Amino acid sequence: MAVLHQRRSRAWTAPYLLLAPALVFELLVHVVPMLGGLWMSFRELNQFFLRSWVSAPPAGLGNYRFAVDFDGAVGAELLRSFSVTAAFSLLTVVFSFGLGLGAALLLQRPFRGRFLVRGLFLVPYALPIYTAAMIWKFMLDRSDGVVNAALSGAGLGGGNFWLLGGNAFLSLVVTAVWRLWPFAFLALTAGMQSVPGDLYDAAECDGAGPWQRFRFITLPVLRPVAQVLALVLFLWTFNDFNLPYMLFDQSVPSAANLVSVHVYQSSFLTWNFGLGSAMSTLLLLFLLAVVLLFLAATSWRRRAS
Amino acid sequence: MRREPRWTTAVRIAGLGALGAFTAVPLYVMVTTAVKPLDDVQDTFTWLPSRVTFRPFITMWSTVDLAEYFANSVVVASSAAVLSVLIAIFAAYAVSRYRFPGRNLFRVAVLSTQMFPGILFLLPLYLMYASIGQATGVLVQGSRTGLVITYLTFSLPFSIWMLVGYFDTVPAELDEAALIDGAGPLGTLLRVVLPAAKPGIAAVTIYAFMTAWGETLFASIMTDSNSRTLAVGLREYSTESSVYWNEVMAASLTVSVPVVIGFLLLQRYLVRGLTAGALR
Repeated sequence: MAVLHQRRSRAWTAPYLLLAPALVFELLVHVVPMLGGLWMSFRELNQFFLRSWVSAPPAGLGNYRFAVDFDGAVGAELLRSFSVTAAFSLLTVVFSFGLGLGAALLLQRPFRGRFLVRGLFLVPYALPIYTAAMIWKFMLDRSDGVVNAALSGAGLGGGNFWLLGGNAFLSLVVTAVWRLWPFAFLALTAGMQSVPGDLYDAAECDGAGPWQRFRFITLPVLRPVAQVLALVLFLWTFNDFNLPYMLFDQSVPSAANLVSVHVYQSSFLTWNFGLGSAMSTLLLLFLLAVVLLFLAATSWRRRAS
Repeated sequence: MRREPRWTTAVRIAGLGALGAFTAVPLYVMVTTAVKPLDDVQDTFTWLPSRVTFRPFITMWSTVDLAEYFANSVVVASSAAVLSVLIAIFAAYAVSRYRFPGRNLFRVAVLSTQMFPGILFLLPLYLMYASIGQATGVLVQGSRTGLVITYLTFSLPFSIWMLVGYFDTVPAELDEAALIDGAGPLGTLLRVVLPAAKPGIAAVTIYAFMTAWGETLFASIMTDSNSRTLAVGLREYSTESSVYWNEVMAASLTVSVPVVIGFLLLQRYLVRGLTAGALR
């Protein structure tokens, strides 16, 4: 179908003209600022040079050396924030994926009221992030909030401070999973719709149990969707800023100090933007490595099979 | 389809019940808190309001400047959504209907923007907008224009990806018929491809709107008191000496209902686009 216009339309510029607006805006908002960020990471850019940022003195690799000096305070904090983010991201992806897959499987067969259950499940994802964060902030807030009331009602203690100290990590994961799992559910449901229904019936006639039907029919069909989904969930959670920022206000406990928040606070509170840019560049390099590994692994698998 | 064995029915009910409770309890808390009197939310939590009142829905407008934030959010999110979808339509049409050098590079480049940490380009973008303002006198930084430009690019990659999937399902024979009738590429897009992809366009529009409606990081840096959006404005209920939780929840409910309804109505088209996009 694509050859269509190529043959008939003499204007080879047509596709480029159609792409131009998208390209211009992506360049303006993503690519140019990103290159700017790279440039800044090699500069000594603090509050003295902010008004005339072009004249900020070069810092060589100084900002990077400072950021990865894990014996120093700055490096140690970055390393800690990085491991917190990795743990947060992995847990959130695993639980969101698991719940999403479970719900998609449980709702695979039609039954009366299925569309209502589906609608309910999707609501947390449809909420604006800040509303979701506000709800959980209220529920976790104070020693006599909702979560503590529910816990003591179930005889599981209560009276904990969920937004302070080590508990903050758990609160962040639960809130993130609550908002994100419906997206996994939606994507996996979409993936399952491409399985022809009579394939299951045929397998059932041949005596395949639910596990075998899942393992040999659903799973292979789901693989491409599941792979992309896992990667996207990982990138979103690793870069997440909104949730901790809304949940904890300005005082994010170190147990929930995700990298984005950490960089934000060390840039905008101490006005050291060169260092902040170096940290975000390191973050980008790490994510780039993850994506390349992911692409290599999936294409290797495809070739092997 | 055969009847399922009894134990799978039990698993289904237990699983859906647990997931339903996990999903619904916070939503229940939001709705009931919004109709509680202030004493209720400042005391120990109770599952039921001592009495139901709709006062929070009235007082929330005067506690903070909610109407202005609401108006700013509506203007920013609608403009960003409309522009983003328009731009995505043209780009997706090019990718779906033409084979040209750089086509695959464009697709990969657009998707790879998902990888960029927002924090990396937040400050350079801020400085860039400020410099544009100094050089040309056009106010970008701190204005709604700056936010619109920023947000439209956030939804653009996903919108293009979805629409390519939708456009690919429109048979090329229809294009060809239009071309024989003397329509140019633009005429073909308007008369053949767009009408067939209407549900996809609706789904992408609500997605772009939701993206702009919920964004917090850039809004917190790039708005001033005249352009503040809901994402930043809702925090002001909490920075007062005491938190008006009932008003927070009433306001949260008010700003959530439109996007939730829109999303639920259009989600099945989103699902169809996701499938079309992922299976190629």
